[in-house]
Amino acid sequence: MVKIIVCVKQALDVAEIKIDKERRVPVTAGVPLKTSDFDKNAVEEAVRLKEKLGGEVIIVTVGSKEATSTVKEALAMGGDRGYLVTDPAVEGSDTLALSNILVGVIRKIGGFDIVLCGEASIDGFSFQVGPRLAEKLGVPQVTYVHKLEVKNGKVVAERSVEEGLQVVEAETPVLITVTKEINEPRTPTFMDIVKAAKKPLETLSLADIEVKKEEAGEEGSGVKVVGLYSPPVERKNIVIEGETVEEKAEKLAEALVKEGVVG
Amino acid sequence: MKNLKGEIWVYSEEKETTYELLGEGRKLAREMNVTLSAITVEGGETERHFGFGADKVYILKGLGEFEAETYAEAISIIAKEREPEIILIGSTKRGKELAPRLAAKLETGCATDCVKIYLEGEKKELIVERWIYGGNALAKEKFTKKPSIITIPPKTFEKPIYKERKGEKVEVAVRVSEPRVKVIETKKREVGEERLEDASVIISGGAGVKRKEDFKILRELANMLRGQIGCSRPIAVDYKWFPEWIGLSGHKVKPNVYIACGISGKIQHIAGIRGSKIIVAINKDPEAEIFKVADYGIVGDLYEVVPALINALKRRFRGKTRKFTENKPLNKTF
Ligand SMILES: Cc1cc2nc3c(=O)[nH]c(=O)nc-3n(C[C@H](O)[C@H](O)[C@H](O)COP(=O)(O)OP(=O)(O)OC[C@H]3O[C@@H](n4cnc5c(N)ncnc54)[C@H](O)[C@@H]3O)c2cc1C
Ligand SMILES: Nc1ncnc2c1ncn2[C@@H]1O[C@H](COP(=O)(O)O)[C@@H](O)[C@H]1O
Repeated sequence: MVKIIVCVKQALDVAEIKIDKERRVPVTAGVPLKTSDFDKNAVEEAVRLKEKLGGEVIIVTVGSKEATSTVKEALAMGGDRGYLVTDPAVEGSDTLALSNILVGVIRKIGGFDIVLCGEASIDGFSFQVGPRLAEKLGVPQVTYVHKLEVKNGKVVAERSVEEGLQVVEAETPVLITVTKEINEPRTPTFMDIVKAAKKPLETLSLADIEVKKEEAGEEGSGVKVVGLYSPPVERKNIVIEGETVEEKAEKLAEALVKEGVVG
Repeated sequence: MKNLKGEIWVYSEEKETTYELLGEGRKLAREMNVTLSAITVEGGETERHFGFGADKVYILKGLGEFEAETYAEAISIIAKEREPEIILIGSTKRGKELAPRLAAKLETGCATDCVKIYLEGEKKELIVERWIYGGNALAKEKFTKKPSIITIPPKTFEKPIYKERKGEKVEVAVRVSEPRVKVIETKKREVGEERLEDASVIISGGAGVKRKEDFKILRELANMLRGQIGCSRPIAVDYKWFPEWIGLSGHKVKPNVYIACGISGKIQHIAGIRGSKIIVAINKDPEAEIFKVADYGIVGDLYEVVPALINALKRRFRGKTRKFTENKPLNKTF
């Protein structure tokens, strides 16, 4: 039996972001929200472990009301129950404040064997929330996991590091962050979605999880975003013309030599 | 004991990255009039850090092999005592699991994968810049708590010129808990393989390459230019032909020339090749986004263009240099 908590974020669909070429800023208005890619892998892995070992998968999301759809999606994938923390005081939270909030929910849930996170969220890409949670929960962390096994109260995980691969072992309770390679997340069927609608989904405020306002939002943060810009791409954009492939290749070879990048 | 003078700290388990961070740290230290210190562990290199800009080297004693939790604990112990202003950490995988854990211990802010660091305005506020939104924007971020923990990818800043210098060595014995994560096995990349980050030429293949065997032609070009082979994410993750890829979620590379063959140029791929000096695109679709971010492009079938390019380069280099005839061991994973 394993009790797994999965932290799932609703993120901006970054592929849909356009750039305002005049002002050189990203345009996020109207960009759809979706479940952060790696978090789906985390949910999938949790559900697979539960299917093998028995137990429970609990989904935790901090976000706006719209993030309900993300919790529901994770429940349709096989989560058993979900919590959405939504509160005006959450606005402006960085990873420090966000981990304060997530720890609040996790404490409310009570014990766990494994907390699963994505390695990073697709919009923020900070790689921080997992290790921060591990520290605050006082448990070991295993990051960048692409293969995971649970045996006799221990996790055995394969992860990539700079010089190659590592197989590591840690006792539960433990926090794990997963990469996209770990699995192929399932697409819920219509029946899964119908069933998920009946699964418990609780919406919580900061007060419900005993997190103080000053631990969340801008006040609870250590970093503040003060500007956003999309620098222009400074490239030559020369498309090589020619009658034949040989002629084009010849011109490219010449250009590369001239640039001094080969030779 | 409290410092009279503030400090900037630098830590990376990689030597080269440490030197790069010392170079950048030196500039900040000068502007802020603070001391620049390198954090090292017992048994490691110390003398050379001075030559690359450190005023001081802390040698942490009592630590074993890298483990995020224990290293975070050790660094937090001395950070609480000495209250550094800034901690710069190399953004390797290890660095990126260390930094947020350390930040959580010190209850402070952390910014990962920063590509710029500077002091702005009259108040000389510390600002960092990092890519967000899948590489669509740079975010300017400032710190509201101390210390400011910043991770910086290898090769973001130049390694400074080495100058013979002396500095202060401080040995600190730290008592940390037993590591709770045990490494059972490490499968190292083969000897002689160069990291993609260090390659000066990269020939990269995307979904336009139909079979794994076809990477042979890319490899031939790479061998000729003493370069490495790379690929886009689908090649590694979906087809599983190779273990590593280039992009936002993969390696960030900075070669002199990056030749993208059959790669469409999605933003997540581009995020990994921005540092390239020259980008070449070979793609049969004239509308492919890759052409917008390339210096040189050839619209055509990679199966024809790459062999033609090999021939064209061969003709140019025949007999001219030794470089192009001798092959050195290349990354065999590809
Ligand atoms: C969170 C997240 C992170 C991601 N991280 C990364 C990352 O780190 N790196 C990465 O690469 N991707 C990443 N992706 C995936 C990315 O969005 C793209 O799907 C991917 O880069 C596309 O790879 P591709 O260009 O090889 O394939 P495709 O987009 O399928 O493009 C293939 C190209 O080949 C061309 N072509 C076909 N046949 C030929 C031929 N014979 N000759 C010449 N050209 C030919 C086609 O015209 C086309 O342009 C990520 C996605 C997400 C959601
Ligand atoms: N708002 C959120 N709600 C729940 N989990 C989150 C949230 N933000 C981040 N996470 C978790 O933390 C991981 C890393 O996020 P980040 O540090 O932002 O890159 C994600 O993959 C999620 O598992």
